Amino acid sequence: MKLELGYVHIRDIQFASESKVENGVLHINKDAVKKLILEDETIESVDLEIAKPGQSIRILPVKDVIEPRVKAEGRGGMFPGMIAKVDTVGSGKTNVLKGSAVVTTGRIVAFQEGIIDMAGPGAEYTPFSQLNHLVVVCEPVEGLKQHEHEKAVRMAGLKTAAYLGQLAKDIVPDEVHTYETFGVKEGLEKMPGLPRVAYVQMLQSQGLMHDTYVYGVDAKKTLSTMICPTETMDGAIVSGNCVSACDKNTTYHHQNNPVIEDLFAQHGKTLNFVGMVITNENVYLADKQRSSDWTAKLCRFLDLDGAVVSQEGFGNPDTDLIMNCKKIEEEGVKTVIITDEYAGQDGRSQSLADADPKADAVVTGGNANMVIHLPKMDKVIGYAETANTIAGGHAGSLNSDGSIDAELQVITGSTNELGFGRLSAR
Amino acid sequence: MCTVTPISLTVGANRIVPTVAIPHPLGNPALTHEEEKTLRRHLVEKALKALQTEVTEQTIFE
Amino acid sequence: MSKIRVVHYINQFFANIGGEEKADYQPELRQGIVGPGLALSAAFKDEAEIVATVICGDSYFNENLEKAKKEVIQMVASQKPDLFIAGPAFNAGRYGVACGTIADAVQAELGIPVLTGMYQENPGADMFKTKVLIVETKNSAAGMRDAVGKMAPLALKLARKEEIGASSEEGYLPNGVRKNFFETERGSKRAVDMLIKKLAGKAFTTEYPMPNFDRVKPNPAVKDLSKATIALVTSGGIVPKGNPDHIESSSASRYGKYDIDGIYDLTSSSFQTAHGGYDPTYANEDPDRVLPVDVLRDFEKEGKIGKLHRYYYSTVGNGTAVASAVKFASQFSKELVNDGVDAVILTST
Repeated sequence: MKLELGYVHIRDIQFASESKVENGVLHINKDAVKKLILEDETIESVDLEIAKPGQSIRILPVKDVIEPRVKAEGRGGMFPGMIAKVDTVGSGKTNVLKGSAVVTTGRIVAFQEGIIDMAGPGAEYTPFSQLNHLVVVCEPVEGLKQHEHEKAVRMAGLKTAAYLGQLAKDIVPDEVHTYETFGVKEGLEKMPGLPRVAYVQMLQSQGLMHDTYVYGVDAKKTLSTMICPTETMDGAIVSGNCVSACDKNTTYHHQNNPVIEDLFAQHGKTLNFVGMVITNENVYLADKQRSSDWTAKLCRFLDLDGAVVSQEGFGNPDTDLIMNCKKIEEEGVKTVIITDEYAGQDGRSQSLADADPKADAVVTGGNANMVIHLPKMDKVIGYAETANTIAGGHAGSLNSDGSIDAELQVITGSTNELGFGRLSAR
Repeated sequence: MCTVTPISLTVGANRIVPTVAIPHPLGNPALTHEEEKTLRRHLVEKALKALQTEVTEQTIFE
Repeated sequence: MSKIRVVHYINQFFANIGGEEKADYQPELRQGIVGPGLALSAAFKDEAEIVATVICGDSYFNENLEKAKKEVIQMVASQKPDLFIAGPAFNAGRYGVACGTIADAVQAELGIPVLTGMYQENPGADMFKTKVLIVETKNSAAGMRDAVGKMAPLALKLARKEEIGASSEEGYLPNGVRKNFFETERGSKRAVDMLIKKLAGKAFTTEYPMPNFDRVKPNPAVKDLSKATIALVTSGGIVPKGNPDHIESSSASRYGKYDIDGIYDLTSSSFQTAHGGYDPTYANEDPDRVLPVDVLRDFEKEGKIGKLHRYYYSTVGNGTAVASAVKFASQFSKELVNDGVDAVILTST
């Protein structure tokens, strides 16, 4: 499958009377967006804000971050099965409003939501401090159950990103990146001597605030399967989870999967990027066994030499990670796994809950328990007190002066296990 | 009593009883309340049995 | 600012006294710099000075551990140093063990920062890397420049009580204390590069060596269940509604002790989960699904068990450090024993 990804660089964002993209500025008509979001009757009210890099703004509790993209030419539309109709994506031309994002916040759904600081020390730990954001603050109708609240906010975010993405449909992109993977036979013919490598992406799938969707299908209800890497660039995989802000994959992460990018960079040179396997992290032991068995089976079937395996989350998914690693290695396929650590605030505890000597090649996104101090920001979008209850925070995390003392866990994307960032630990 | 028994083994538990699922180790929301209680009794009975069993190494009581 | 006073410990070989035949050399204190101290001193520039050097034969030290330690510590103490450096020992085994031993002892008894250096396969490394910082050196004295290049800056940081970075940044052997730092390349690129090396059979270094967990001996079985007091403990975060002790949803820093005297069933109106790592809906609907109070009360009534202990202990396992879990359990298991509890059912999510 071949996709041409066109970047339309966005360097500024502002509210205006008409939604459009002009000279690298994203103009947004507030009313149009609000109207779109309020089509969902479970949302009582919505507020829109702007946050730009360097501004003294804190956004919390962050549920998701999504990049505005649009299918400029070819089959399907963004977020198939969620926003666009079901149709295979990942080919043709897709335009991206690069440098912008939609951030969803509002009353907390569950414990796992996160913080994004646009300036200060906290900004160094999240890639989202570098983007121009439209922040969507959603309030649910009174009495809405948690599962429905989560869904309403998730859809609001995707809808808004799709709406903004549309503005780029007919714009000639500033730069174009082409990505292509081949069928088994064609790949072998084109790259006869190169090691066959696949990317195994583990998806969080444990229930409320812990779900991921593939073409609209709840990942907990799937068997391990294959997907073309370019499909993810069109929003085939979206986030329905927070799991813990530091290591959950936002939809933005899924759209911009760095493992995919870095494997493509070597594709045809030092390796044959054969394709991608997606697998889940369920709450039943039998499911974990079945999914990892299936993943290893697919790796063997593809006659791989190696696989990069990325995790999402921590704790019981460490078992999925180790099962995947072990079983893939036992099929004669070499692995490198990407994870993060929960080594305690002093860094002295075991970082993973499960282990195996076969996991001898590990890349880590850092210790999520590290304590940080986030100074007060001039403006808070959302609810400041949630700092006291979100994962990584504690009663008293929010100081009276507005500063926050909490674990790195609270910062969205800080220890990302796709290897999106440069944070690590030794 | 734990669902992800590989972790129980890794961290060194000696008497392990596998349970239903992570969010409801001793329950099953798909069942009626009565059925759930029966299931819970059955699992706790296994645990009590495990407590009464001599073991010399890590043991999973299926 | 006054110069940092350093005492340097070296063996008979580096002091130019002799080789194996002089390994029984007894501890000697010399003022100023000897041997490799010169390179260290040059690297320190004006910030620190080696005021004295202690020389000791490797055999003497290893064969007279207690005596040699005492003698050397006395010599070191007499110089009132701010910092102690031993070696570097490279791959010399007895020297490495001596350096590790004496650095550890000086740190403990004199309370000053210490540093040593040796090759990662030196037996002294595994023995002491979790006790004192050990700079990783090459395996012979040909690596002296490289060793000093890492030891001097790290020593100054230690003396100034500055924040010490990750092992790979500062050049010391990984000591089990994980420290965050920013790499030059993102994780996905490092993963792809590592795989390419692994596939080519080239050497690579894992960023996280697999952890070890300790083991405990199983306790003897309960003899008579009908007379036994059973207690419930959970890491599933079941707490009284409102989470009065504010147990954190992740990385719990505390546990709770809750009274269930007279309670025969946990309900959504009186209990909830505080755990942020699983879908809480089911546990909130019926907390017995995580903490089986209802069923144990039934067993109590039926005479299957002697009694259900009136207190249960709860924390949140989500992202909670192993060391914290050990700490909590060490504390409350004393209470359990004192309260005459015979066995515990531990539930986790």
